Amino acid sequence: MMSSGGPIVMNINSLRYCFRQSLVSITRNFWLAVVTSVMIAVSLAILGGFLLLAVNVSQSIRIIESNVEISAFLYDDADVDEIKAKLDNLQGVHSHSFVSKEQGIIDFGKAMGDSVLLSGLEGERNPLPNLIRIRVSQPEAVPALAREIQGYPGVELADYGEELIGWLMKVARWLNVFFLGASVSLALGAVFLIITIIRLSVMGRQEEIGIMKYLGASNWFIRLPFLLEGTLMGWFGTVIATLSLGLIYYRITASLQRDSLAFFLQPVTGLDKLVPIFAGLLIVGTLMGCIGSGLSIRKYLRV
Amino acid sequence: MIEIKDVTKVYNGKAVPALNGVSLEIGMGEFVFLVGPSGAGKSTLIKLIFCEQKPSTGSVSFSGKNISSFSEGELLRHRRRMGMVFQDFRLLKQKTVYENVAFALEVVGTSPKEIREKVPAALAKVGLAGKEKSFPAELSGGEQHRVGIARAIVKDPLIILGDEPTGNLDRDNSRQLMELFAEINAGGTTVIIATHAWDIVDRMKKRVIALEAGQLIRDEQRGTYCDEY
Repeated sequence: MMSSGGPIVMNINSLRYCFRQSLVSITRNFWLAVVTSVMIAVSLAILGGFLLLAVNVSQSIRIIESNVEISAFLYDDADVDEIKAKLDNLQGVHSHSFVSKEQGIIDFGKAMGDSVLLSGLEGERNPLPNLIRIRVSQPEAVPALAREIQGYPGVELADYGEELIGWLMKVARWLNVFFLGASVSLALGAVFLIITIIRLSVMGRQEEIGIMKYLGASNWFIRLPFLLEGTLMGWFGTVIATLSLGLIYYRITASLQRDSLAFFLQPVTGLDKLVPIFAGLLIVGTLMGCIGSGLSIRKYLRV
Repeated sequence: MIEIKDVTKVYNGKAVPALNGVSLEIGMGEFVFLVGPSGAGKSTLIKLIFCEQKPSTGSVSFSGKNISSFSEGELLRHRRRMGMVFQDFRLLKQKTVYENVAFALEVVGTSPKEIREKVPAALAKVGLAGKEKSFPAELSGGEQHRVGIARAIVKDPLIILGDEPTGNLDRDNSRQLMELFAEINAGGTTVIIATHAWDIVDRMKKRVIALEAGQLIRDEQRGTYCDEY
């Protein structure tokens, strides 16, 4: 009587039934599905927003770091040529340029926007020292090089904005921790939401599931419509989130590129960095729907 | 076909066994009544045959194969060869009569063409032709039972199991339903019915297995509900 054999494999009729069933379920609970998709979209848009912000903060810090230069302030009697020769031979120094105190006061005037304010500070009354601006090859080598240069005869002070860099590093570290924490919390929140919604759907069909088991339906046959339902909701939400986020980000980057206030506020526009974020959101959102449904249905399969 | 050998079933948390040392055999094409007071172990026996429960000790075998060793695939195949009829119908309220019966075929991956052929035939067999579009709430208790039977027979099962299927019906409806089971049995399907309908059992003169407090107390061909009859 019993035919032996392995597991029951779903055929095309079963798959067709499962697809139809998931669409029927979504149509039957249309507004619930819409609300779920929108909430998933909001969660993922915030998650994606944090990721984009993290990438941009990281890029800005890198720009600032790579533009860090050491300013070696010289005593008036310093041997500039000797210091420049030493810098030529110092490993890690990319380039250097001498700025005389006369040039310094002109540059300062330009930076202030009104050179008239500085009248009377020329010649003997110029308070600025001569200095050498030193660009380095590796930003992380800046503190060590600054200490080395500080020891050269004729160098009064080798400064590179140590406090600013330290502060930026600290802020970046905290931001990364915050972004990670917030992103994980939001992702978990969205999964919990899907679990709740699908559980409601499963509970509404608990009797049907029981009867299906009595009629000999396989676990996959019972599970699949719910998985498809959750995956579809997750996918719709993710598409809404990705499109909205993409549009908002495009507007912001266009605006920043047009009216850039500072060199370090250049937004990330490289596809190599943006595509993984948006593709990742699509995959994560869709998987979240699928996994959430799987977790919801698990305990109802024991008949 | 079904061999139950020295089966004891104790449910978790219960001190008294639901079945205690029961042994019996049911052959292909038999019609069997399971009788006895509430709590005698009739439903447990039905559940064991359906593989919804496994025995605590002893064995339940189908064609020589012990159900405890069934793989998931074998378990499903086994259930697909059985039709279950419940006292409370267990019909889906939001589905029509046709959809409820078709559901039994849909869940096992039957093609739409086959469903279109088999469902009307099953409904005609139980006398519900013309009621395809009705919803369960629009039917009488007897008619709802017939839908349940149509759902059970539509997949041409080898065995029909009924757990007090006439429990909610009046005498006339119960009699008609049992006649329907007898017709199905005449076609070669094994029918096993747990029931309290003593008058029907007595009138039909089929094999009667009587249980009491989990023990088999009587097994008679052409038996009656009570042994003093």
